Amino acid sequence: MPAVTETREAVETLGQSTYKWGFETDIDMEFAPKGLNEDTIRLISARKEEPSWLLEWRLKAYRAWLEMPEPQWAKVSHPPIDYQDAYYYAAPKKKDGPKSLDEVDPELLRTYEKLGIPLHEQAILAGVEVPEGEEARLPIAVDAVFDSVSVVTTFRKTLAEAGVIFCSISEAVREHPDLVRRYLGSVVPAADNFYAALNSAVFTDGSFVYVPAGVRCPMELSTYFRINAKNTGQFERTLIVVEDRASVSYLEGCTAPMRDENQLHAAVVELVAMEDASIKYSTVQNWYPGDADGRGGIYNFVTKRGACRGARAKISWTQVETGSAITWKYPSCILQGEGSVGEFYSVAVTNNRQQADTGTKMIHIGRNTRSTIIAKTISAGHSDSTYRGLVRMMPKASGARNFTQCDSLLIGDQCGAHTVPYIENRNMSARVEHEATTSKISEDQLFYCRSRGLSEEDSVGLIVNGFCKDVLKELPMEFAVEAQKLLQISLEGSVG
Amino acid sequence: MSSEFLKISGLCARIDDNGTEKPILRGVDLVIPPGEVHAIMGPNGSGKSTLSYVLAGREDYDVTDGSVTFRDQDLLALEPEERAALGVFLAFQAPVELPGVNNANFLRTAVNAVRRARGESELDAVTFLKDVRKEIKHLSIHDDMLKRNVNVGFSGGEKKRNEVLQMRMLRPSLAILDETDSGLDIDALRIVAEGVNSLRGPDFSALVITHHQRLLDHLVPDRIHVMARGRIIHSGGPEIARQLEAEGYAQFLAEAA
Ligand SMILES: Nc1ncnc2c1ncn2[C@@H]1O[C@H](COP(=O)(O)OP(=O)(O)OP(=O)(O)O)[C@@H](O)[C@H]1O
Ligand SMILES: [Mg+2]
Repeated sequence: MPAVTETREAVETLGQSTYKWGFETDIDMEFAPKGLNEDTIRLISARKEEPSWLLEWRLKAYRAWLEMPEPQWAKVSHPPIDYQDAYYYAAPKKKDGPKSLDEVDPELLRTYEKLGIPLHEQAILAGVEVPEGEEARLPIAVDAVFDSVSVVTTFRKTLAEAGVIFCSISEAVREHPDLVRRYLGSVVPAADNFYAALNSAVFTDGSFVYVPAGVRCPMELSTYFRINAKNTGQFERTLIVVEDRASVSYLEGCTAPMRDENQLHAAVVELVAMEDASIKYSTVQNWYPGDADGRGGIYNFVTKRGACRGARAKISWTQVETGSAITWKYPSCILQGEGSVGEFYSVAVTNNRQQADTGTKMIHIGRNTRSTIIAKTISAGHSDSTYRGLVRMMPKASGARNFTQCDSLLIGDQCGAHTVPYIENRNMSARVEHEATTSKISEDQLFYCRSRGLSEEDSVGLIVNGFCKDVLKELPMEFAVEAQKLLQISLEGSVG
Repeated sequence: MSSEFLKISGLCARIDDNGTEKPILRGVDLVIPPGEVHAIMGPNGSGKSTLSYVLAGREDYDVTDGSVTFRDQDLLALEPEERAALGVFLAFQAPVELPGVNNANFLRTAVNAVRRARGESELDAVTFLKDVRKEIKHLSIHDDMLKRNVNVGFSGGEKKRNEVLQMRMLRPSLAILDETDSGLDIDALRIVAEGVNSLRGPDFSALVITHHQRLLDHLVPDRIHVMARGRIIHSGGPEIARQLEAEGYAQFLAEAA
């Protein structure tokens, strides 16, 4: 039997057992009543002690959402979602007040430990030994979001000394209401699209980052999202604002238990970069993908958008998407400031019955704006993957440039890969370049690797990682290693 | 060790050529005792590369008859990576490119995979680099080639040298070299031949496929086999290389017909 056939079969028989983040935490939770109506929204807002403007903002979004149809244009299919059959608020029961690590439920700490997420500052600092010949690596500050709420944010003091605000969005609403009010919805308006409107109505937690002018954030910031509760949607909202000449690198990771029913995750992420500011936003998306027959898994319907408001501002999205039953996601850049830069580096892996429709939008408004898109799509099993990207050159975008490269790699012949580029150029001096390739993992490459002693799984992993190299090298080092392992696991069932 | 290090008996193999089964190997018999270097020569398309692929475990060839034992094991029952662990190494006639895969990384992954399978401890990065540096110096390979992606953009000769580098690092007990001499300049040819010669010993045998007597001047084989139409039609001592070079295959083909 040709090796590729075997690989395909190995991949196809991949069951739930390969998803090693699929455990459930048994913890006392508080839920809002099931279903979605204005009362649910009032309850969420009250639980979070929000000011009235925010409640009004939510209700407006909700009313807009009621009038909106679900988007149908993406190349994904799923049974109708019953929005009344879910919980919109689920939080671990806790005492009030600010949370220090000592106050966090030990069961939660164990959960994050199991997931490999560092929350103990002391231990982290103690553990930062620099091996010879290697550059010193900074510790990572973490905001841990469990179902609907942030349970802890580490290194807040260190960050505060540098003037950086890193906290949950709920806390930001209380502590920094002016900042939140100024920027919330300024990049993704409340009624931007169906899922964004839903999120605006019911968002529960997420992270808030503010880097003042001239500050380079002294450590990597990261948020770790975990869906735990049954029948619960997660609607996180992240807002990152970086002032003139400031910079930040932010990472997000996510996992969920294995369940037979589908769960909805509809997040909104807004980035604002002012003059000469730079934001690097990296995602390793590893929501539960469902089992081999397509039972269960997360519906990942996400709106991510960044605005380069100032001249020479730069926003760079890097994503490694291996999880979720369905991914619907187009991290975008609005390049307003003159000479501002947008980047999108993406690896999307689908296996079994997973579906992904992902890509980016680069909206060139200002002069001499530049964007780069590198999208790598890997499909295996019966999965289906689409790259959908828009490059729009507005009339004033003189001298603007875009380069797009989309490469698809197919494993087996039951899967699909599609590339849908939209290009709109309304400026004669703007230039758009697009390159696309589709290839299969070749029998020759596999045999070559195996004849050198590598197992079939390691060979596939090596070839796939090579295929994704241009994207993986954009990830912060800690994440790059994790992402490489993840790629192999999601494709081969070799539980690491 | 038995005197039949490698024994190929009546080996027949076919390939599915767009729906029709096309026989390529039609009963190959060959024995290589331990420590010997044998050469195979023969016209284009006679099945030399096919034989090397079947020995290394390429799955698209269908073995319909015959057997291969290597170090007392049924070689044909093993996966390619198991054969590599057992000591089989094939230097490809046309090495494959692996885009995005760093050459040094690939080599280290391979070395450690084989070491693990052989029950040896893995090499750490430092030891590995020391070893590999030593080898590339012997082979006059530029340091740069370690940083590049496996075979991507390598010249013909560089690819062949890279194969020899892999061979030296993986320490095989049976090296099959499929036209490793083609595309090499005169100096490289000598270097590669030395690379094989210095491995010679009781635990190392080689099967060298070549079209040129030139290589065999440096790498004097114990036996030379002539392959035609999927069979070994003649075997002799190193002297028949000269005869072939002068007269071509016509005489052997006529005898075999
Ligand atoms: N995948 C394949 N599909 C169809 N025919 C094949 C395939 N592989 C090999 N063959 C055929 O089998 C025969 C033997 O090929 P092989 O490559 O083994 O020859 P060779 O002796 O190595 O030749 P050369 O000296 O040119 O390298 C040739 O006729 C070749 O076309
Ligand atoms: Mg050949």
